[in-house]
Amino acid sequence: MSRKPVGGPYITGTTILAALMVTIMAMLVLIRFFFGLGTVTNLNDGYSWGLWLAYDVVAGTAIGCGGYAIALVVYVLNKGHYHPLVRPAILASMFGYAIGGTSVLIDISRWWNFWHILWPTYFNLNSVMIEVALCISIYTTVLILEFAPAVVEKLAGWTRQRGGNLHALTITVQKVLDKAIFVLIALGMTLPTMHQSSLGTMLIPFGYSINPLWQTPILPALYLLTALSIGYAIVIFEATLVSDRFARPSEARILGLLSRYMTAVLALFLVVRFGDIVYRGAVHYAFTSGELSFAFLAENLLTLTGIAVLLSERRRMASRYQFIAAMCILSGCVLYRIDSYLVAYHRVGWRYFPSAPEILITFGMIAVEVLGYILIVRHFPVLQSVEQVNAPTLASE
Amino acid sequence: MSLTRRNFLRGTAAVGAACAVATVAKAEVREEKTLPPKAVGLLFDSTLCVGCKACVTACREANNTHPEFSGEDKLWDTPLDLSASTLTVIKAYSEGSAENKDQEKDGFAFIKKSCLHCVDPSCVSVCPVSAMTKDPVTGIVSYNPSNCIGCRYCVEACPFGVPRFEYNKTIARLRKCELCKQRQAAGKIPACAEVCPTGATLFGSETALRAEAERRHGLTPGEQAFFPRKTVGSTDTQEKKAPRYNGETYGLKEVGGTQVCYLAGVPFEKLGLPVLPEKSFVSTSEKIQHTLYKGMIAPALLFSSLLFVVRRHANHDEKEEE
Repeated sequence: MSRKPVGGPYITGTTILAALMVTIMAMLVLIRFFFGLGTVTNLNDGYSWGLWLAYDVVAGTAIGCGGYAIALVVYVLNKGHYHPLVRPAILASMFGYAIGGTSVLIDISRWWNFWHILWPTYFNLNSVMIEVALCISIYTTVLILEFAPAVVEKLAGWTRQRGGNLHALTITVQKVLDKAIFVLIALGMTLPTMHQSSLGTMLIPFGYSINPLWQTPILPALYLLTALSIGYAIVIFEATLVSDRFARPSEARILGLLSRYMTAVLALFLVVRFGDIVYRGAVHYAFTSGELSFAFLAENLLTLTGIAVLLSERRRMASRYQFIAAMCILSGCVLYRIDSYLVAYHRVGWRYFPSAPEILITFGMIAVEVLGYILIVRHFPVLQSVEQVNAPTLASE
Repeated sequence: MSLTRRNFLRGTAAVGAACAVATVAKAEVREEKTLPPKAVGLLFDSTLCVGCKACVTACREANNTHPEFSGEDKLWDTPLDLSASTLTVIKAYSEGSAENKDQEKDGFAFIKKSCLHCVDPSCVSVCPVSAMTKDPVTGIVSYNPSNCIGCRYCVEACPFGVPRFEYNKTIARLRKCELCKQRQAAGKIPACAEVCPTGATLFGSETALRAEAERRHGLTPGEQAFFPRKTVGSTDTQEKKAPRYNGETYGLKEVGGTQVCYLAGVPFEKLGLPVLPEKSFVSTSEKIQHTLYKGMIAPALLFSSLLFVVRRHANHDEKEEE
């Protein structure tokens, strides 16, 4: 398979805007580190976890599950023709997780002790968070290694002209990575299965503080299923945007086929979720929880709309509807995660809405992802070469 | 490779299996935690409290916290709630004409808030880096700042909203009542119990305190009775008519029991003490986690089967490409 750097200018309107947002974020982050969390956030003792935790970490790492979701299809279900989607998905995942990890570092108040979560003598193995923290740290490393072949490939092209030992070394690294890649891929599916479900388990200690529409012992299963749904949705969302923005041929056909996995996983999520709500006798909360009832309704309307849009074969194969459905499902599932961590969490007498600097920092994080993605696909061989997109080998489908 | 019905079902089965793994933990309670052998605690009797807030001031001295002003003149220490600089606070319930002490209707009552030192504390269970610990002998729940990374999971998880964080400091810490363990080490009792003029806040061994609560429930309302001050069993007592208690003792069963228990004349919920199940929430999360990760068998199985499958398919994949 041939992948090529997209090329083109590094400085465009989009990259300038993104860089600007990253700069604003950097300044605000400095203020936070110098003067404490309270100076930039609205966090309080009633809502000690805010936007950064709920969006950047809990939703953000799920948005980083594109690599996980695609790997399942390509390597477990053995659908080789989705292979072109793997590398861009891994790149986006790498950013998603790196951003999640960085956000944690900004969010934790005593960041100089950060290394304690990696140092066994401090571990409390009863804490779900230690599993999540370790697992995410290792997975971020795995993602970087999974993406490394793209960098090494580029490097090899450069060292080839110079020859000598450096090139020999690069080739060796390339070979080692090639041999070890299956271990990384297997790890890359094991780890998200672990921590994405644990992100759900992390809410169980909150007990009655979370509305019964969200608080359930099957949270780990629900979180795993939303991670996958979001994973497929983000791959479709990103691939569609990339085709459009880089004026590349549409990948609508392959994405249409992929969308079936998204709707299948999402349908399973909805069945499990509603089944559980009925089983626990919590149905009435859907109508009696005030604004939370609306949040619940919004989540389900978004996800169901996404499924409905893709029911017809014609729409499923059309780029426009794929994009709409992916956005619906993405926002529905992200909303589910934000709701469970933030909106459905209630402490008598306390209120929380993120402050402007808090929101700007989150936007800055998203800008880092966008900027990084653009620069890397322009510079490194991530996306399939245009000729190959035009001649897809989907004959067997 | 075509997307046959069989393949699709196989895929769905794979996802299903993953979910099954995640739900094996059919949320049973893990072994229930019991009171430590020499558990100490407080018994707060709302019917004895006159709202003088001597405990709040004594707590400041003992724990080196700053007064909190809510008025313009900044002359009156009026903390509105627990905070990183208020480890105990007196709150008041008031209804209707508020004429009668300890009555729900047209009455008023006081409640002292501080850490309840749970038998099965959420903060200890959720802390990733063991900064929150429960003393195996006394049961005192303590905070060790040198371990703490400041994730504030304890703040979010405490069913009573007790741990409080310093949001406006660069070197921020968590603060909560540690039952004056530094004073206890010097042979003294917690400051709040020491200064309480009526014996509303009583210190002692948890078993003795629970027996005392039981004794009070056995009194006939209106009969003359003695109420010890400072510590349970103390000879320094107050003679007073026995009140009419509402309900049981709060803290015997709530989330697995607490070492700070409450007696009151008005319903506990009116005093901000939530109705909670007998099973602690963290017993469920721990059960799920320890089932899924028992000996790391499930993750190891998942990893090795993925290793097997991926190796086959990755090779296959390469051949297809070439």
